[in-house]
Amino acid sequence: MATDVVTQPQRQGPPPVKAVNDFSIQVATVNGSGSQSANMVLLRSIFQMGIPVSGKNLFPSNIAGLPTWFTIRANKDGYIARKKEVDFLIAMNPETAIDDVKSLAPGSAVLYDEPLNLATVRTDVVFYSAPFDKLVAPVCPEAKLRKLVKNMIYVGMAAQLIGISMDEVEKAVRKQFKKKQKAADLNFGAVKAGYDYAVASLKKADHCWVEPMNATQGKIIIDGNAAAALGSMFAGVTVVTWYPITPSSSVCEQLIDYMKHYRIGADGKATFAIVQAEDELAAIGMVLGAGWAGARSLTATSGPGISLMSEFAGLGYYAELPGVIWNIQRTGPSTGLPTRTMQGDILSTALLSHGDTKHILLLPDSVAECFDMAFDAFELAEQFQTPVFVMSDLDLGMNNWMSDPFKYPDRPIKRGKVLDKAALDKAGSFARYKDVDGDGIGYRTLPGTDHPAAAYFTRGSGHNDRAQYSERPDDYQNNMDRLAKKFDTARAYVPKPIVETGKSKIGIIAYGTTHWAIVESRDQLRKEYKLETDYLRLKAYPFTREVHDFVKNHDRVYLVEQNRDAQMLDLLKLDLSVDQIPKLRSIRHYNGLPIDARSVTDELVTQEGK
Amino acid sequence: MASTPTTPPTTPPAAPAVKTNRIGLSVMEYKGSKTTLCAGCGHNAISERIIDAMYEMGVQPERLAKFSGIGCSSKSPAYFLSRSHSFNAVHGRMPSVATGALLANRTLMGIGVSGDGDTASIGMGQFVHLMRRNLPIIYIIEDNGVYGLTKGQFSATADLGSKLKTGVINDLPPIDTCAMAIELGATMVGRSFSGDKKQVLTLLKAAIAHNGTVMLDIISPCVTFNDHEGSTKSYKYMKDHDEPIHDVSFVPQFEEINVDYDPGTTTQVTMHDGSRLLLRKLEEDYDATNRIEAVKRLMQAHEKGEVLTGLFYIDTKKPNFLEMLNMTDKPLATLPESVTKPPKSVLDEVMEMLK
Repeated sequence: MATDVVTQPQRQGPPPVKAVNDFSIQVATVNGSGSQSANMVLLRSIFQMGIPVSGKNLFPSNIAGLPTWFTIRANKDGYIARKKEVDFLIAMNPETAIDDVKSLAPGSAVLYDEPLNLATVRTDVVFYSAPFDKLVAPVCPEAKLRKLVKNMIYVGMAAQLIGISMDEVEKAVRKQFKKKQKAADLNFGAVKAGYDYAVASLKKADHCWVEPMNATQGKIIIDGNAAAALGSMFAGVTVVTWYPITPSSSVCEQLIDYMKHYRIGADGKATFAIVQAEDELAAIGMVLGAGWAGARSLTATSGPGISLMSEFAGLGYYAELPGVIWNIQRTGPSTGLPTRTMQGDILSTALLSHGDTKHILLLPDSVAECFDMAFDAFELAEQFQTPVFVMSDLDLGMNNWMSDPFKYPDRPIKRGKVLDKAALDKAGSFARYKDVDGDGIGYRTLPGTDHPAAAYFTRGSGHNDRAQYSERPDDYQNNMDRLAKKFDTARAYVPKPIVETGKSKIGIIAYGTTHWAIVESRDQLRKEYKLETDYLRLKAYPFTREVHDFVKNHDRVYLVEQNRDAQMLDLLKLDLSVDQIPKLRSIRHYNGLPIDARSVTDELVTQEGK
Repeated sequence: MASTPTTPPTTPPAAPAVKTNRIGLSVMEYKGSKTTLCAGCGHNAISERIIDAMYEMGVQPERLAKFSGIGCSSKSPAYFLSRSHSFNAVHGRMPSVATGALLANRTLMGIGVSGDGDTASIGMGQFVHLMRRNLPIIYIIEDNGVYGLTKGQFSATADLGSKLKTGVINDLPPIDTCAMAIELGATMVGRSFSGDKKQVLTLLKAAIAHNGTVMLDIISPCVTFNDHEGSTKSYKYMKDHDEPIHDVSFVPQFEEINVDYDPGTTTQVTMHDGSRLLLRKLEEDYDATNRIEAVKRLMQAHEKGEVLTGLFYIDTKKPNFLEMLNMTDKPLATLPESVTKPPKSVLDEVMEMLK
């Protein structure tokens, strides 16, 4: 095989259609090679040009050495779901390069590191070859940094080929390296080397182009876990406990950063406590202990951690203890695909624990909702005196998303039904689990309340409404019925779904990150199949009245979700009247990758018999 | 009623003055509900000593928070101090609940009651981390070597060769929770026997004065499942084998020392709050401030088949977990919104950085 440098692009097949602001770039690298900064610069440069953009990092469960892919999608219509097809591949990983190239559609482009010699793999794609090692050496004298800086070379080439302004790239580089001027200079030098090489040696032959737009003005870029952390800080969280688990760790890590910055009092003392627990059992135990004592407490975890929290979750439900648990859902059990995404814990979390337990779930679709729901979660947890789970996922939590700036939570914090000394003086006594107001929610006191009648005994087992131990059947049943009533009360307080109804008899229900594929799929259905659909996006469990109405008002309802067993559909079946259940249909996506619009469209059309 | 007085007395007889403690409460204010444990259970004696200690030390009941796991021992917080909030958690996981509650409100005084099953088996993970954090709490193991509520299986503190009622012999070595607690960082560690009223009471009063994790392993015989011949946790066995390593007495900070003691035979330890512990030498020299010697002595005791009791280790200087977190002095739980919710300008600043 010839090892000549392929500097001239080769392609056969039909001439490409010029795709302006509508393509996806995939960067295939080796984990640990430092490509994240380069990819963020590329993403941010496009963003700065005003073009809607999204980035998804597909990474292995590994420190260094295994393959990783980063996909950047630019889309003038604002579609930010994953796009299945890759239009422009940057192939840097010898291990996956051939497969990566083979998986491309004809007419796509490949920019590759010269020694990979990919041009022989197929003839129906555009190849750009570049000697990365030769290019990086002069701009990065320090040999040990070259592995990292090398990635900036492809940023420069891609920028030149698809038309990203170098001013924007430089701005993005400087933002990425913040105050580290030397590092910024070094990296931008590499970008320029790549750019200059592309000008001199690469001839544009692919169809990907960017042109400035004005669709990202004023927007921010943030990952869902940082948004959750920020939201929690503004919701007045005071006790945070955690045990590291991908993909949730960065919720608490970023929360630590924010809190250290913004939640230290004038006396230099922290207005919070953050504890790395010995495991998830301890993390939830601390959260519930703190909630019992009156703090706004939070932990973040993922599926395996949720399993470990099961017993405590039940205690929280029965003993009626507030606490917020973020579940950044990932694929499968411990040795599954810990770095891939899924909506796989819906059913297990909703019903987490033994006995008749039901938990409030919040279902953020976006970074903005991660921020808002962090506040909602505490409000609900304290008002309903129960653990509340926020069901994010890896795609939302760990990827960078474009968003409007978050809105400051102006409403005052509500701490729920807590009796203090003055209230006890007035009342004389209280019964912890008595339904005084008819909403199923009792009054509680906090330990340390300076009143002889304040104390009560907290236990998960049978108790009467004065919190006394009881094994009487009527006491147990009355308590269970009150808990059910409390859960029913919550239906009117959880965030309502977003409903878009027209005249269609076809309804779609989705939640969380699946939303972004639905937005795009509904347009595809309309444009390609003349199929109008109505849409309801769930924001919480228990289901509200709107959900029942939506099912009632449609002939067929497709519940689209990212798990194998149609978990939300199963939950909905438990809620709906029997005559409504046959209307439900299911579309599922569960290969570890974020759901894409095309998969939804194809499946819905098939089920519609079109 | 035996008789009704025909003529009421013109002046009621003066009610006998109810004895009160230094905060004006009678001992009745420290009582709990009626116990549902077996008559003669060592745990009941420990509950009584907790009542006495809290009363004598003048602890405000509302400032105390009680924690427990699952088991006979863990039921007992219902049987003392009804005026204190209590949390009966899940099996072996009381330490995390207590940690959370004390993080939320650092002004609470915490007491946790666990058993040998609840601590040394299912709860080992949380136990060791509580010790290592030196959380300010009194952690009591009511240790009887068996699981009571599930009817008499061995626990991990059962001694080698001890025998169940069914004849089963334990052939695994016991876990010495005191040695572990010392090694891991607890700052006041002792062992006692529920039958030794004075020693239990003294250690509990000192525990109340201590700032940091207090771990007391109190041998507390199970009269139903482990009080027979062949048991090493029976009343009889303890009476025969209890070896106090010193004689402990305690003088709270609000009292003057009114006994003379010989500095040659008695060591005085001044505690965090100014209270004093007096450790009077019995048969051997023992330095309760030396961790390495303490663990060594405990291991020797195992070799010799002794059941050492007393205060094994104390460190009055080490900062506790809450102090290490640099938290505000006020309870986090009730901080006002003005302190816990940063202003809009902070959000604007963060948003600007993310653009």
